Amino acid sequence: MNGRPEGIAPEIEARPVVLEMDNVTHFFGSLRAVFDFDLTLRHGELVGLIGPNGAGKTTVFNLITGVYRATQGDIRYKGAGLVGLPSHEIIQMGIARTFQNIRLFSNLTVLDNVRIAYHPHSGYGLVDSVLHTKRFRAKEAEMAEQAQEFLEIFGLGERRNDIAGSLPYGLQRRLEIARALAAYPRLLLLDEPAAGMNPQEIDELMDLIHFIRDRFDLTILLVEHRMRLVMNICEWITVMDFGEIIARGFPADVRKDPHVVEAYLGRQAVEIR
Amino acid sequence: MAQTFSRPAKNGAMMQRHNGMLLNRFSQGFFILLGLFVVYVLGRAFLQNPKVFVEQVLNGLQLGFIYALIALGYTMIYGIVKLINFAHGDVFMVGAFTSFYAVATLQLHRWPTWLFPGVSEGLMILIGTVTVILTAMLFSATLAVVIERFAYKPLRSKPRIAALITAIGVSFFVEYFGALPFAFTNNYITYPRPFEVNVYSGEMISPLLVVGAWVLFVISLLLSGWFTWTSRHGNVQAQTWKRHPLLQFGLLFFGFMAVVLTLTGVKIETGGKVWDLSVSNVMLIIMGASILLQTLLQYVVSHTRIGKAMRAAAYDKAVARLMGINVDGVITATFALGGGLAGAAGVLYATAFKQVHHLMGIIPGLKAFVAAVVGGIGSIPGAFVGSLIMGQTEVLAAGFISTPMRDAVAFSLLIVVLLVWPQGIFGEPPAEKV
Amino acid sequence: MLRRMRKSTVYFIAGGLIIFVVIQLLLSLGILNNYWRGIIFWGAAISMVALGLNLIYGFNGQFSLGQYGFYAIGAYASADITYRWVHSDPSGIVVVLFGSLLTLGLYVAVTAFLRRFYGVTVMARFTFYILATILAFAIAVAGLVPLLGPAVNSILQVLPAAISRQIVFFVALLGGACLAGIASFLFGIPVLELGSDYFGIATLGFTIIVKVLLDNTDTILPFPEMKGARGMIGIPQWTTWPWVFASLLLVILVMRNVLHSSVGRAIVSVREDERAAELVGIDAATTKVLAFVLGSVFAGLAGGIRAHDLAFLHPQSFNFIQSFNPLIIVVFGGLSSMTGTIITGFFWIFLLEGLLRLYLPEGFETWRLVVYPLVLLVMMLLRPEGLFGRYEIPFLRRVLPPLPTKTVEIQEEAV
Repeated sequence: MNGRPEGIAPEIEARPVVLEMDNVTHFFGSLRAVFDFDLTLRHGELVGLIGPNGAGKTTVFNLITGVYRATQGDIRYKGAGLVGLPSHEIIQMGIARTFQNIRLFSNLTVLDNVRIAYHPHSGYGLVDSVLHTKRFRAKEAEMAEQAQEFLEIFGLGERRNDIAGSLPYGLQRRLEIARALAAYPRLLLLDEPAAGMNPQEIDELMDLIHFIRDRFDLTILLVEHRMRLVMNICEWITVMDFGEIIARGFPADVRKDPHVVEAYLGRQAVEIR
Repeated sequence: MAQTFSRPAKNGAMMQRHNGMLLNRFSQGFFILLGLFVVYVLGRAFLQNPKVFVEQVLNGLQLGFIYALIALGYTMIYGIVKLINFAHGDVFMVGAFTSFYAVATLQLHRWPTWLFPGVSEGLMILIGTVTVILTAMLFSATLAVVIERFAYKPLRSKPRIAALITAIGVSFFVEYFGALPFAFTNNYITYPRPFEVNVYSGEMISPLLVVGAWVLFVISLLLSGWFTWTSRHGNVQAQTWKRHPLLQFGLLFFGFMAVVLTLTGVKIETGGKVWDLSVSNVMLIIMGASILLQTLLQYVVSHTRIGKAMRAAAYDKAVARLMGINVDGVITATFALGGGLAGAAGVLYATAFKQVHHLMGIIPGLKAFVAAVVGGIGSIPGAFVGSLIMGQTEVLAAGFISTPMRDAVAFSLLIVVLLVWPQGIFGEPPAEKV
Repeated sequence: MLRRMRKSTVYFIAGGLIIFVVIQLLLSLGILNNYWRGIIFWGAAISMVALGLNLIYGFNGQFSLGQYGFYAIGAYASADITYRWVHSDPSGIVVVLFGSLLTLGLYVAVTAFLRRFYGVTVMARFTFYILATILAFAIAVAGLVPLLGPAVNSILQVLPAAISRQIVFFVALLGGACLAGIASFLFGIPVLELGSDYFGIATLGFTIIVKVLLDNTDTILPFPEMKGARGMIGIPQWTTWPWVFASLLLVILVMRNVLHSSVGRAIVSVREDERAAELVGIDAATTKVLAFVLGSVFAGLAGGIRAHDLAFLHPQSFNFIQSFNPLIIVVFGGLSSMTGTIITGFFWIFLLEGLLRLYLPEGFETWRLVVYPLVLLVMMLLRPEGLFGRYEIPFLRRVLPPLPTKTVEIQEEAV
């Protein structure tokens, strides 16, 4: 199987494939941002994607979510091709993501941030909203209730009427994950969720990620810089540098891989070792 | 509880979808057909009466050169403060009126004869005209700076829309203040040109002039090519030389001059049809002044300190400020430069169309802005090319498609171009970070 | 909570009724003369146009200057329908009403068809929709007029004149709004892709194009009765206060209800961050088109109201200088404040067409347009966020569901 390390337990290998990326290559003009990228995720996995700055990690997320259209290669979600689809359709198929630099709707309330993500599932149309039909009221109440539950999980329940931009940084990160989950994803892409967090917050975040994976039955792909987070929670890791995959394996193996050490610390570091 | 979070049914099913390439091709074909129809209409007009057609092209060129001067101001101001300066068209109008008063009331174009009575007629007209243009430029630049200082500067930290509304307000104010009886009045006023109009037909243009223009153009072209060649092979100096304003002026001025003079200098008689074009000195002056001012601007922007500061401020105001650039000063300078060019355009426009009016700035202003957008906002060559395209589109549409629809066609051009090149022809795509 | 919402609704209904009755009384008793009647009706029309723009710009973030173009389309289309009807020609009703219906049907079909494909470009979508529109109106003109015209005519002739007149007026308003909606849909599909300032300039271009077309309705367009640049006369003066009030109320209610729904939240999210909205699953392109079409429909409706009050239409009243009015009103009233927009809309006309026209001293009429930009400048310098900021009357205010009781308990414990 392409895009997976050797030696994964057979019961995991028996699970259905969620995301498949085959030979994905992307150019910005003449700049090669991602080259020949392979990745296969199976249901329920928690996988890390790491690499130095500018390695192309976020570009991979952007390719999956349709922000960029892959120059070459194939991306499939549960067997359906994603290349060429607009972002919102990809999200509606069951992929959700967060952003490296937080992109909340910062002038809106916390609750509205979550409810907006619920919009594709609102279950009523323009006519219902104009006429405020029974269906509208029922669905609206249901939506508020659901959003409230998401917020409770993330410890934001009491702050739901606050303006999102006024939340402290850590809560904004949590709200972003809550918003992503409100779209009912099966596959969650987390782009540097631990950026700007202190070690204690990272510990909490790790618990949270484990929790939401089990609670919502998710497959999670994680881009991260903080080794502490990646090494502790990811089942296996793909390492990128200059848009190419340089290593792939279990955290313990990747940590020792000379290519990875070189990419992160420079050639001399390898020689010294 | 777990039941609550089950996915709603709506989006579960994925529809089998087909590639939409065929539909895209169909639509492309549709628009290509439409384009071919326009080409057919224009081509038929050309074949029926090539002389009239080329005359219209020359008119379009003249209009385009005027638009270019206005568009440069728009593109610079938008590039730095991200504001559609609706008042720019009115600065243009004030430039035209300044020159009107300078010529009609003060007789400023005749000043050399007051000082040196014996001066020759030709020299007097030249100096006088240049003086009039400079006066108008000075007035317009001052007006632009005043507008910037009093109307836009206090709003710089406020939402962008506030500045835009202010721009609209300033524009209305200048227009309707101009309409007051003691200002410009709301009549169409005949504009006395600072110089006599001479029309040169084929015989009056000496072949030497034509050949000379071609020779100079070819020399500039060769030089430019040579510098490109050497710079590609590692000569850094050549790159600077390639962008030298004199070379650019030579390329543009002699290129256009050669083509225009050749078109008018040649006289052909075929099958009863006479190809006998003439060119007026107004046209040549507009072309020369426009190209000269543009190359000067290009020089200022690319070679001087203030120009570098402008480019830095256009790229990122906050960082430019941190680098010690006086951003407010740069913005003022930009408005002054843009206003000056608009003033010059006002003089040229009034000279060409022989009329001034207090609302004359609106439509040329808008079209010049559209031209700047078509060329790619923030780009100086873009403003030039966009304006030439705009001038041609407008004149050809008016001449051969539908006269009343000339404005409509000009704005349709905007929509079409932006759909094909979302950033305009020379524009750079914004760096979007996701 | 529920009680509070009801209270605001009750206040709103009561307030509306009082305003309606008072103005109706003032009009029927002749205390307000025709001039002031015109000012009020005009104010209502402008408020509708500005509300539409507020939806497009204030709530959806798309800077538009095209609102007057759609206003003009609505005005001319509805005026043409009633004009033809007065001259015993039902073709206007048939073409606009059934043509619009047919177009909507075809749009649904085209949308369903396009959904079967992926990677369809904007231009391709536009091509199909425009072909559908042309087809629909061709059918309406060539087929439906001879087919349905006599039938429509006879039905309306059977009814009492007063009733059929109201029906025709209703159809005319509806038709004007529909045509404005169709035009904005076709224009919006490609142009909304351009993004903020470019969209603004393109819409300004649209206004100019509409004005040029109106100047040439009798030469380029086949509508000799509109008389081109000379202005259309002979439009029946059918607008009455109940019609004005009902239209304004309809616009307010529709806009409020849409904004207070999930659709409204999607619209606002596109304003906040279009890319982020797309990446939480919101179809930003469709949302933008929706807001744009809805806003333009309001403008079209307002056009019908205005046309049948003025009984005279001239292209000059739709030139692009006028088209800044809605923008100024929206910004003055406060972006994304419906209350501010409505009040400023009335105030604007009251000031500009009422007070300044009536009370400027002799010989200073030309100063009207000098004073008004000065007011604008001072206003922007002193209060750039608009008179009302984001204030809304309680009925229009977004209602948030209450915090669950548990939270309240915790807060009490903390105290």
